Amino acid sequence: MAKHITTINKVSLQKTLQTGGCGECQASCQSACKTSCTVGNQVCAK
Amino acid sequence: MDIHRFFINGLYLVLDVNSGALHVLDKPAYDALGVFDGTNDVEVINTLDNCYDAATIEEVLNELRDLKEQGLLFAPAINTPISFSDKPLVKSLCLHVAHDCNLRCGYCFAGTGDFGHDRALMPKAVAEQAVDFIIANSGARKNCELDFFGGEPLLNMETVRHTVNYVRRREAETGKVFKLTLTTNAVLLDTDIIDFLNRENISVVLSMDGRNEVHDSMRPYADGSGSYADVVAGARQLVESRNNQSYYMRGTFTAYNLDFAADVIAMAEQGFSQLSVEPVIAKEEDYALSEAHLPAIFAEYEVLAKEYLERRNAGRGFEFFHFNLNLTNGPCVAKRLSGCGAGHEYFAVTPEGDLYPCHQFVGREKYIVGNVSGGIKRSDIVKQFRQSHVLNKSECRECWARFYCSGGCHANAELFNASIDKPYKLGCELQKKRLECALMIQAYLVQKGEAD
Ligand code: SF4
Ligand code: SF4
Repeated sequence: MAKHITTINKVSLQKTLQTGGCGECQASCQSACKTSCTVGNQVCAK
Repeated sequence: MDIHRFFINGLYLVLDVNSGALHVLDKPAYDALGVFDGTNDVEVINTLDNCYDAATIEEVLNELRDLKEQGLLFAPAINTPISFSDKPLVKSLCLHVAHDCNLRCGYCFAGTGDFGHDRALMPKAVAEQAVDFIIANSGARKNCELDFFGGEPLLNMETVRHTVNYVRRREAETGKVFKLTLTTNAVLLDTDIIDFLNRENISVVLSMDGRNEVHDSMRPYADGSGSYADVVAGARQLVESRNNQSYYMRGTFTAYNLDFAADVIAMAEQGFSQLSVEPVIAKEEDYALSEAHLPAIFAEYEVLAKEYLERRNAGRGFEFFHFNLNLTNGPCVAKRLSGCGAGHEYFAVTPEGDLYPCHQFVGREKYIVGNVSGGIKRSDIVKQFRQSHVLNKSECRECWARFYCSGGCHANAELFNASIDKPYKLGCELQKKRLECALMIQAYLVQKGEAD
């Protein structure tokens, strides 16, 4: 058990280099006038 | 920058940029990471040896090395994936069904709804061509998105209704599934329209600026009177009719309400729970945001983040768009590169059928990429937007937020820097602050076993 560091999420963006790109997820405008959406808060649609 | 280390709301955190892993640290580990680069153990020991005992430093270094080995710290750099194809699919269209508006919002980028041109309504035939355009250009993708936008789209309900019927027919013919949204100021919502929106499963984005006086000062009617009471009434009727689902209420904050957390809370107090407020985009106006406002805005995001957690703990939480971060099942790298998709996956359609990279570009005529009747004519512009991603932009390549922000808003970059490749600095600062708040919230929720 680590004493000094707690990992919140074990993820690997690199892995999605192979698996990703299906393109089914929604477009995500970040401007003021839309449902402003940073990409990071989207969920993968797969 | 491969890691981002920060202290917020009592937590020492580090985000490993290339893997996407987030870690909560104690003070020794936080200090060690100020020096550690994955290889320089001796330097860490020498720097910390008058603050911590040797055993502690060694423990910390062991844990850091472990994480590195697991690929959760100093993960290798990410290159453009092959899955990020050169030829984009069109995912989403924004239909400007009415270049006209019944409000006169002080900060409207559409210039009171007409985008600097004559007031115009989109004819049904143009809307049909737009639907056909997205079907023809979405390839094998099943989902198509259509946003009814304006000006104020409820001023052209005839075309909205007609388009929805047409969409349903074309769905049956093609097997595509359309996700429909409508962005409105809520003034004209009535029972008839609300029934239609519910029946047709249309998500609604409602514009409201929070506190009564804040809202009325920026979102008046043409005669100058405030719209707050009508907006709240319309919005409430809609939201209640759909069990508080499938909507977002969003506002804009300006230099006049740097205490915008109070506006988010005002909306929550009115019974709305899906909320967002966004920084106004303006140059040289009294209400414009500037670098001088940053400390106040940063502090305000923290106020909002704490309130978010407190209310959630008390069982009366609200959603704030920028604080929803999915740390375990977020988007793939290809998506993180395509960002908002403007100009390649996403286009705006004017009442005349002209295609622009997005709604904010409408009226900047050199960006017209084609027309729904004849398709894309300027594939050079499409290519330029497709390639303007975080791994190709020098500022973004070095930025810790690159895989969350995905390169910011091209329209703002173009407006402030005359180039879509040079991000709008103030927007970057706000983006990064919101992300820090969101990461902190996730860290708290995961530790409490509450994250989604
Ligand atoms: S747009 Fe700004 S905040 Fe976003 S990745 Fe680029 S530099 Fe970072
Ligand atoms: S360029 Fe800006 S306004 Fe346009 S879709 Fe992208 S984030 Fe939204």
